[in-house]
Amino acid sequence: MSAPLVLFRRVAKSYDGRTQAVAPLDLAVAEGEFLTLLGPSGSGKTTTLMMLAGFEEPSSGEILLEGKVITRVPPHRRGIGVVFQNYALFPHMSVAENLAFPLEMRRLPRAEREARIARALAMVRMEGLADRRPAQLSGGQQQRVALARALIFSPRLVLMDEPLGALDRQLREQLQLEIKALHARLGVTILYVTHDQGEALTMSDRIAVFRTGRVEQLGTPREIYDRPATAFVAGFIGENNLIPVEVLGQEGAFARCRLPGGAEVLAAAAHPPGPALLVLRPERILLGGDLPNRLFATVRNAVFLGDQTRLVVALGETTLTVKLPHRAGEHAVAPGERIALGFAPDAALLLPAEEGR
Amino acid sequence: MTPRILVGAAAGLVLLFLLAPILAILPLSFSASDILRLPPEGWSLRWYAALLSSERWLLAARNSLLVAGATTLLGTVLGTLAALGLHFGRFPGRGAVLALLAAPVVTPSIVTAAALFLAYSAVGLAGTFVGLVLAHTVISVPFVVLAVLASLRSFDPALLRAAASLGAPPAAAFRRVVLPLIAPGVAAGAVFAFATSFDEFILTLFLAGPGQFTLPRQIYAAVRDVWDPTICAAAVLLFLASMLLLLASEALRRRGGGIG
Repeated sequence: MSAPLVLFRRVAKSYDGRTQAVAPLDLAVAEGEFLTLLGPSGSGKTTTLMMLAGFEEPSSGEILLEGKVITRVPPHRRGIGVVFQNYALFPHMSVAENLAFPLEMRRLPRAEREARIARALAMVRMEGLADRRPAQLSGGQQQRVALARALIFSPRLVLMDEPLGALDRQLREQLQLEIKALHARLGVTILYVTHDQGEALTMSDRIAVFRTGRVEQLGTPREIYDRPATAFVAGFIGENNLIPVEVLGQEGAFARCRLPGGAEVLAAAAHPPGPALLVLRPERILLGGDLPNRLFATVRNAVFLGDQTRLVVALGETTLTVKLPHRAGEHAVAPGERIALGFAPDAALLLPAEEGR
Repeated sequence: MTPRILVGAAAGLVLLFLLAPILAILPLSFSASDILRLPPEGWSLRWYAALLSSERWLLAARNSLLVAGATTLLGTVLGTLAALGLHFGRFPGRGAVLALLAAPVVTPSIVTAAALFLAYSAVGLAGTFVGLVLAHTVISVPFVVLAVLASLRSFDPALLRAAASLGAPPAAAFRRVVLPLIAPGVAAGAVFAFATSFDEFILTLFLAGPGQFTLPRQIYAAVRDVWDPTICAAAVLLFLASMLLLLASEALRRRGGGIG
């Protein structure tokens, strides 16, 4: 593997000298990758991005770009493209003037500038709007211009700070795909910050899940979804049931667990006896009693959503969420009904109990 | 009578009280005789002609424009820089610095004038053009600072980060992004600075030598010297100039959206 494009080496940030906005962070970003920093607000993901852009100075540690320490390099000499949450287009300049700005700063000749602006406008499908002012554009159009402006000077690295946060859902999904396509076509490395786990799963090669200034887990979307390393990740990415269980003992590759309410199930995991958290995706719980792990539960709530039915069922004192895919001819489950559910042992994960909860 | 009409009548009376002396000067300045009497016995432009052919008045007008011009330049540059530092800077005591800069507005002019007179005497600035410009700058800067600070309040700081990320060094970011967006505030501040200097009397009385008499100072000298309608003509012109400046700053305020 080649040297990483970006390397955070024990980078920490504290604003008041006591609480750490970012705890000592080690993170390597590979050339050409789409890495998303995902986390709730205040988890340190934006601070991390701003330190890389040069707008925040790390309290300790160093940041390397292309092998060189850039911690003390001012932002205008880093050559990193940045897309901001609220676009940050220059309101007194037209679209073309906004796009020309980074090229003028690099003293590109006029002909080259004009050629690049034309290409950039075509890239984001904004031809014909070159003379508009930002205020005359829709939110989606403004974000396309911001995207083009961050890419027009051909940076190797582009940072995006919740760039789609202000757009409505449909536009957001459309632009997610456009950004992903641009990433694939240009081969540029993208560091993307979002608190939207769906967006992170859709777009990323890898996801770093942030929580209170630390990376809880770093992995591909599939790894993060299928094998969350902590209860926080399990609960933050997608929907999950986190069930407090008692591990009774190991039976080969399976751990025998007692659920609240007394039923015993097997999980394809290793865990020492004692309290643990059983992690079970709602879509991995199936209706019917022909699976090795069977449980009986009372339906509290059933919502028909078209492609699926969401059930909330009571299992002793805990409630579980169950997603049943819609199949023709199946009888509709009603609240109050006692039903049999099951899941495969390999659908369940075991995490240490009290993990930060 | 409704209270509304009463309030209107009271306001009208107050306005009349404020404006009557100024309005009285207007016909007097067009009087044909050299006796100050209302209504004038005839009409003429002779006092304006006298004004424009008097070396003293012309020198005073030239001085006023020079001092106000230099004050505007110096005050606008310094005031804008101070406002930028106060707005973007993160340092303890920002409020104290702002209060200090605004102090000349609330300090009685006579106190500032006396203090500057003593200080200038010690360093040899009394009775000099430079000294007068510096003094006017001191009282003009607060207006520039406040006008520019007001326009900076609507400036999105993310634009500075955007400019830096696009390769603009701080000076280029200021010239290309900040300055065009706060220009109405800077211009309004410049107009205030000009008007402040143009109208200023007390500081000038203390600090100006005979060679630096400005229009207000010359009016004062003429009133004590010979009371003739030339003063009225000068007053009318000064009043018109102030009106123009007021209108200009109002126009800038509207364009800039809530500045000043």
